[in-house]
Amino acid sequence: MTKLSKAFENKKAFIAFITAGDPDLETTEKLIYEMVENGVDLIEIGIPFSDPIAEGTVIQEADIRALANGTTTEKIFDLVEKIRPNVAIPLVFMTYCNVVFGYGTEKFMQKCQQIGIDGLIIPDVPYEEKEELHPYTKKYGIELVSLVAPTSHDRITSIAKDAEGFLYIVSSLGVTGVRSEIKTDIGEIVSLAKSASDIPCAVGFGISTPEQAAAMSKTADGVIVGSAIVRIIAKYGRDSVKYVGEYVKSLADACHHQ
Amino acid sequence: MSKGRFGIHGGQYIPETLMNAVNDLETAYNFYKNDEQFNQELTALFNEYTGRPSLLYYAEKMTKDLGGAKIYLKREDLNHTGSHKINNALGQALLAKKMGKTRLIAETGAGQHGVATATIAALMGMECEVFMGAVDCERQALNVYRMELLGAKVHPVTSGTKTLKDAVNETFREWVSRIDDTHYVLGSVMGPHPFPTIVRDFQSVISKEIKAQILEKEGRLPDVVLACVGGGSNAIGAFYHFIEDKDVRLIGCEAAGLGVDNPKNAATMANGRLGIFHGMKSYFCQDEFGQIAPVYSISAGLDYPGIGPEHANLKDTSRAEYVPVTDEEAVNAFEYLSRTEGIIPAIESSHAIAHALKIAPEMSKDKIIVINVSGRGDKDVAAIARYRGVNIND
Repeated sequence: MTKLSKAFENKKAFIAFITAGDPDLETTEKLIYEMVENGVDLIEIGIPFSDPIAEGTVIQEADIRALANGTTTEKIFDLVEKIRPNVAIPLVFMTYCNVVFGYGTEKFMQKCQQIGIDGLIIPDVPYEEKEELHPYTKKYGIELVSLVAPTSHDRITSIAKDAEGFLYIVSSLGVTGVRSEIKTDIGEIVSLAKSASDIPCAVGFGISTPEQAAAMSKTADGVIVGSAIVRIIAKYGRDSVKYVGEYVKSLADACHHQ
Repeated sequence: MSKGRFGIHGGQYIPETLMNAVNDLETAYNFYKNDEQFNQELTALFNEYTGRPSLLYYAEKMTKDLGGAKIYLKREDLNHTGSHKINNALGQALLAKKMGKTRLIAETGAGQHGVATATIAALMGMECEVFMGAVDCERQALNVYRMELLGAKVHPVTSGTKTLKDAVNETFREWVSRIDDTHYVLGSVMGPHPFPTIVRDFQSVISKEIKAQILEKEGRLPDVVLACVGGGSNAIGAFYHFIEDKDVRLIGCEAAGLGVDNPKNAATMANGRLGIFHGMKSYFCQDEFGQIAPVYSISAGLDYPGIGPEHANLKDTSRAEYVPVTDEEAVNAFEYLSRTEGIIPAIESSHAIAHALKIAPEMSKDKIIVINVSGRGDKDVAAIARYRGVNIND
């Protein structure tokens, strides 16, 4: 049992993403507690980046808000260190390669280990460039999450074979953001992945309703929701905590009742 | 280490969604670059459509005025569409067509690459959409209209600094959304492998011609080759066939904006450090936490916080030198070449001319400098007038 696979133990996992520092780090802290309270199984904490090329406008704008109010990697480390003793579920960072590299890759991983971060998702480091990070994630016991996409085809089995924690299945072409319909055959990707590894598979990109979450968690082991949560935070700012709590509960219930 | 490395630089740092697309591109390119028919078609288009080879012009008045080294201008400004960008746009569009793609997307800074791509799309009957920073749309309004005239759709990019870097972000986002029928015509020697190699190969026609032309005119190689660098495509084009000729000094002139010590600059080699962004490991202007810096230059084409990986390696190995040139120096050079030789250079190329103004007088008369005039300056006239406080109501 790896640290991240704990989220998938005996149930379908509901995974939530928020951008740290949006609208400020105090609210991020409250949001994390609120989401845990409402049944989230794993949280992706986004470290904002100036140029997030895999994100749609909702998360791009969250990154801009967070950076504009002075959020830095260092302050996010401090926040995680503070909340970690109160949070039992796995926590991962999601950010872009230059945030890690610019901080110093080894120093970054060392810090993650020290503050209790369990995994890392870096969308601009594909399988071919894994060695940029993997020697350091391995050394400090951080699980490096791999992604597969609808265009991955013949790459799926080799990526799944080496994947750690869980396999992040990108549901559709394009950037993050709410979609009314997901056309990709997720079942096919999952079965290809499972033929190579028993790693849990979670689906993200475009999921926003309990119905979508329920449908996706029938085929996959978990569901990831980001933009739809960030959109609520954008709307209500510091007052978003209870709205996020209610929303997250509806999604977590939809996954857990599968 | 992964594919497409120049020393430690380069690589393929992109989302998984694009990996098969860049792999397909690499396979296609490796096939067609040695395909006789492809090369014949490309050469025919270079010669018949864009007007290659471009002239190597002896700037006699400038040489006499500066009183030092003999100065030659490589006239990429005389290419169809007015810059070197057409070399790469043509090559990539032809490649995309062979791959069965029907739609081209591109980022553009000054608009020259966008215009070149829109032009070739019109010629080849392909769809074309161009992403351009909203700030650049404003300062290069003429080029926006040119692209639309050529049948392209121009998307002003309003995220981030609203300049070239953000246009690149947005074009990647578009490519991730629609891959099957779409080729991303990346405009510089940057991005993930195989782009830095493909773009360099298509632009290397510049140095191939310079070499033949200077040997014919002077019977020897130049002492210095000068080119401006943003991402670095005209510079690598002008340098490439001289890299093995160790006696030829290769100098890239980067945009120092208001000065390398002023926050408003885009001097990546002077101020950047190693990073990973836009698909490549290279040098980038960034803060201590790896956030990409909001850079500035009067020149939209050089207003970029990074540089191509091959240049980063040429710097590491000291094979090429990189020098900063300020807005003021570039504008002076823009005016100088216009008055002295009757050639209005692009504000980008003016950065290289500015450096020649500094070094030519210090060199003896038997030395030779080749400056790559990467583009013509018609597009910049309104902006330079504004810089000088003249309102010409464009």
